[in-house]
Amino acid sequence: MEKRLFLKGNEALAAGAIKAGCRFYFAYPITPQNEIPEYLSKHMAKVEGCFIQAESEVASINMILGASAAGARAMTSSASPGISLMQEGISYLAGNELPAVIVNVNRSGPGLGGISASQGDYFQATRGGGHGDYRTLVLAPHSVQEMHDLTLLAFDLADKYRNPVVILADAVLGQMQETMVDRPYHPMELPPKDWILTGAQGRNPRLIKSLYLKEGEMERHNWKLFEKYQRMKEEVRYEVVQQEDAQLVVVAFGTTARVSKTALRLARQAGLKVGLLRPITLFPFPAQALLDLSQRVKRFLAIEMNTGQMVEDVRLSVARDAEVHFYGHPPGSPPFPEELVEAIKKVY
Amino acid sequence: MKQVFKRPASLKDVPFHFCAGCHHGTIHRLVAEAIDSFNLRERTIGVAGVGCSVFIYDYFDIDALEAPHGRAPAVATGLKRALRDRIIFTYQGDGDLASIGMSEIVHTANRGENITVIFVNNTVYGMTGGQMAPTTLLGQQTTTSPYGRDFVQDGYPIRMAEMLATLEGTSFSARVAVNTSANLVKAKKAVRKAFEMQMNDLGFSFVELLSSCPTNWGLNSLKANERVEKELIPYFPLGIFKERKGTDFS
Repeated sequence: MEKRLFLKGNEALAAGAIKAGCRFYFAYPITPQNEIPEYLSKHMAKVEGCFIQAESEVASINMILGASAAGARAMTSSASPGISLMQEGISYLAGNELPAVIVNVNRSGPGLGGISASQGDYFQATRGGGHGDYRTLVLAPHSVQEMHDLTLLAFDLADKYRNPVVILADAVLGQMQETMVDRPYHPMELPPKDWILTGAQGRNPRLIKSLYLKEGEMERHNWKLFEKYQRMKEEVRYEVVQQEDAQLVVVAFGTTARVSKTALRLARQAGLKVGLLRPITLFPFPAQALLDLSQRVKRFLAIEMNTGQMVEDVRLSVARDAEVHFYGHPPGSPPFPEELVEAIKKVY
Repeated sequence: MKQVFKRPASLKDVPFHFCAGCHHGTIHRLVAEAIDSFNLRERTIGVAGVGCSVFIYDYFDIDALEAPHGRAPAVATGLKRALRDRIIFTYQGDGDLASIGMSEIVHTANRGENITVIFVNNTVYGMTGGQMAPTTLLGQQTTTSPYGRDFVQDGYPIRMAEMLATLEGTSFSARVAVNTSANLVKAKKAVRKAFEMQMNDLGFSFVELLSSCPTNWGLNSLKANERVEKELIPYFPLGIFKERKGTDFS
């Protein structure tokens, strides 16, 4: 049965975690994502789940690692400085091939930064983030509905690939309140978890580790991971708006994409033929879609709440004769649509 | 003929790779004997710390998981919360537990997490080549305290068993040694007790085992054993610092 709910993005995400069967959530408070631990501290108890307010983000990510090794669906959430602290654990999750969902309600930085929305953690999220040659799947919601729906997807993808999945939101998405439709959850068909640790009862002991010291082992492990990251490319998701007659295509994700949709409407009213490509997965990046689009459209404008990160992936994706421009709105406040229309006019 | 001594079932039939005179092998055996004595092998999951401790999974015939350096208590917390009827232990050295993992061990103990921690204190970072640890004794020369540990420069060696005993969440905290037969008997009892605490849901149990590291101490096996007796035990006294009875909970 479908229900309409009026929720904050953070709450929609938390409700999604419970719906997805996550019963282990460990986290440390940080603005602007506190509604997630607050919601789950209340609701986990009602579903016989487990919430621990960890002593640090370092601890919370490692608690996730333990619960995941036991086969449970586990999640943590934080915002930028806390996500930095988790990078060690995320690298171990990737090396151990353990599923987990990690939510980053991106706030501004560097350093303590501020609590306003930012997309400054794009590189960190899409390039692995911690040490070693690994990737995480990265999902970028742009509405309260997607804060919910992509959380369901994140748990499925984590289990499907035995890999950490990052949900890269931002302060606006976490804090804004809007209507969402609460639909039933139908999980993907997933492989059996025949690798989990439960105690070696009637079977040989299992081992989950990332240390490989014997000759050739480390290399083989890295190639195995690489092949998995290649397979993940089939998970690419994106939204395309008004590209049919577009002379210029804006590329934006998250809150910036949301504002860009309004800017697109204003630009169209002013007679500018502008389209939008919104990556929903940041890793895998919709490179093929951009390449295909750039056979016809020769002008792209990447818009981000930073000084230029995703634009590098856009440049790597499009045909060589396509122009890629960039408009950056560093954090502090989100951009206004009128500001983006001006940016569009400049390069149109 | 009656067999009176054999390899514990919880240990694999493989030789230890540890240096001559190192106590890790002995401590492994004590832990395995405790697991066997309660018939827990098929219900136990070990969490390995980083350093020489990481290799527990090469020797224990049980499910095992590797934790990042110092994070084993947090990892064990996640495991135990998901598998409340299983027995979870961490096996950690002094650099892992008392330096980089100080936050995790203190908060795990304070939550009264129902796990068992086996803490091997040999006063150095063993695997990385004998650097100064938080438990290195004053005056002790290591590769990073070449003039001897100086409290002005490096602070004092930390007594973990006493510190954790002050926390309400801790059920059992003891320090033992395995350098003599007499100490070994007490150590065996303490390790057994720690697992028993967990089986009875009494909360966090901790055993610190003083260990030799002949290679990094620059001593032969016998001299290393002597050092445990003459230098380590006077600073790190043996004993049970906390033991909660089942009736302590109202």
